[in-house]
Amino acid sequence: MGILERFGERTIAFLEYLGGMTALIGESVRSLVHAQIRYAETFLQAYELGIGSLLIVLLTSLFTGMVISLESAQQAVQFGIGSLVGGAVTYTSVRELGPMLTAVVVAGRVGSAIAAEIGSMVVTEQIDALRSMGLSPVRFLVVPRLLALAIMLPLLTVFADIISILGGMWIAQAYAHINPASFISSARQAVGFEDVVKGLLKALIFACIIAFVGCYQGLSTRGGAAGVGRATTSAVVISIILIFGTNFVMSYLLFGGH
Amino acid sequence: MEPTIYASLDDVTLSFGEHVILKNCSLKIVRGAITCIVGLSGAGKSTILRLLDGLIEPSSGHVYVDGHDLCHTPERDLVELRQKTSLAFQFAALLDSLTIGENVGLPLREHTALPDEKIRHIVDDALESVGLRHIYDSLPNELSGGMLKRAGFARAIVTRPELVLYDEPTTGLDPIVTNLITDTIVRLREKLGGTAVVISHDLHSIFRMADYVAMLFEGAIIAYGPREEIRTSTNPFVQQFLTGSEVGPIPV
Ligand SMILES: Nc1ncnc2c1ncn2[C@@H]1O[C@H](COP(=O)(O)OP(=O)(O)OP(=O)(O)O)[C@@H](O)[C@H]1O
Ligand SMILES: [Mg+2]
Repeated sequence: MGILERFGERTIAFLEYLGGMTALIGESVRSLVHAQIRYAETFLQAYELGIGSLLIVLLTSLFTGMVISLESAQQAVQFGIGSLVGGAVTYTSVRELGPMLTAVVVAGRVGSAIAAEIGSMVVTEQIDALRSMGLSPVRFLVVPRLLALAIMLPLLTVFADIISILGGMWIAQAYAHINPASFISSARQAVGFEDVVKGLLKALIFACIIAFVGCYQGLSTRGGAAGVGRATTSAVVISIILIFGTNFVMSYLLFGGH
Repeated sequence: MEPTIYASLDDVTLSFGEHVILKNCSLKIVRGAITCIVGLSGAGKSTILRLLDGLIEPSSGHVYVDGHDLCHTPERDLVELRQKTSLAFQFAALLDSLTIGENVGLPLREHTALPDEKIRHIVDDALESVGLRHIYDSLPNELSGGMLKRAGFARAIVTRPELVLYDEPTTGLDPIVTNLITDTIVRLREKLGGTAVVISHDLHSIFRMADYVAMLFEGAIIAYGPREEIRTSTNPFVQQFLTGSEVGPIPV
């Protein structure tokens, strides 16, 4: 196959992906607008993904907060600006690492599970059965998962921010003898309420990415159990890449002016 | 009286990639009758039901159900039509996150305003009619293939649809349950005057219930007619199929 031909094929595949994704998002929005929401399913999904992801989110954030504190405290104390460590830890946690790490962890845990579940429903004709009954797979499956993620990811991010700051505070005190009061006052100077809100806005967008990519990969599964495996892997890979890219764009737009 | 047509395939060609499954295939489904489709394994029988349910679109040609052309109809507009049609899948295709009772009751819960007790009652009746009592609260993965198939059958008939598409409803079931299912298909048609398309390999039950029989071979309907006409057909393909002989025009 010629290079040109392959390039053309890739382009068509990419456009198909965009088209399919746009249709999925459009139909989800339509369901939401018409308030066609299965509340019980949504709460069940939210509960499961929240409880299921909490521990791993807390652990990753805790260690991240601790390591930032460790690194910055080392430097700061050397230059006699130990009082800035609280700001550094809080700033990076709330604006960048809290939303990002939480989203990456949830993409790995929940995005993959969504793709696998929906993908296996495709190969066992359950999705066709839904359509055959006149039920929209989007309303039935996608919207509850989207809403569940949109509620839980920001919530998990709040927990991640808090635990990461606490971890940082602990290390700052234990390692560089920076007392918590000075840590907190520095944090308050560096980070405003607005930053927290912007961080949570990121989390909300990441939630949509994880839900739509997971559902789309699941729904476009082809070819048996191996296909489900491929759908799962690509859901994680694609959403993580999109999360990193979107994070940069959002940081630029939200924080770029400062 | 000339029978009226409820659904039809009109010169349908369908291929998956290079692989042509149906080729200029036409078929009429008579309103209020039971039409049985027979054919070799892999001939495309399930594919015909999926076309009639609007789950897939033909590469060319048209599919009509109750006067509507299903081709190029957006999914949203098919919803109403699909509430009048149901498909009993070859491998049941129950939702494995729901119990059997919830699965069977799902179309009622989603499309009607019936109270829960009433739905429970209808679902119990439907399960009873396929010989499945006491499994209301079981999950699909706790049941055997035959039980799943019957639950899928119950789900397909629970809304009393105008057109029911049964994909091998009796394959793999014991003779007693096979009779029960065959009777249920006939009874539903008599009681409700609905239209049915049944795919089956079981000649005994076919000739018990069918009004019309169609034979699919190499992508097209090669024989179609009232039951007796097919039973006594001199078409060598039909004869070979009905006798199950290895000798004849159908390559083994
Ligand atoms: N999604 C698909 N992609 C590619 N080929 C397919 C697909 N679905 C069906 N086919 C092919 O279409 C042909 C007909 O399939 P179909 O399921 O309609 O057969 P069938 O007549 O119902 O067979 P059986 O009696 O074994 O159920 C088969 O050869 C199958 O390989
Ligand atoms: Mg089949």
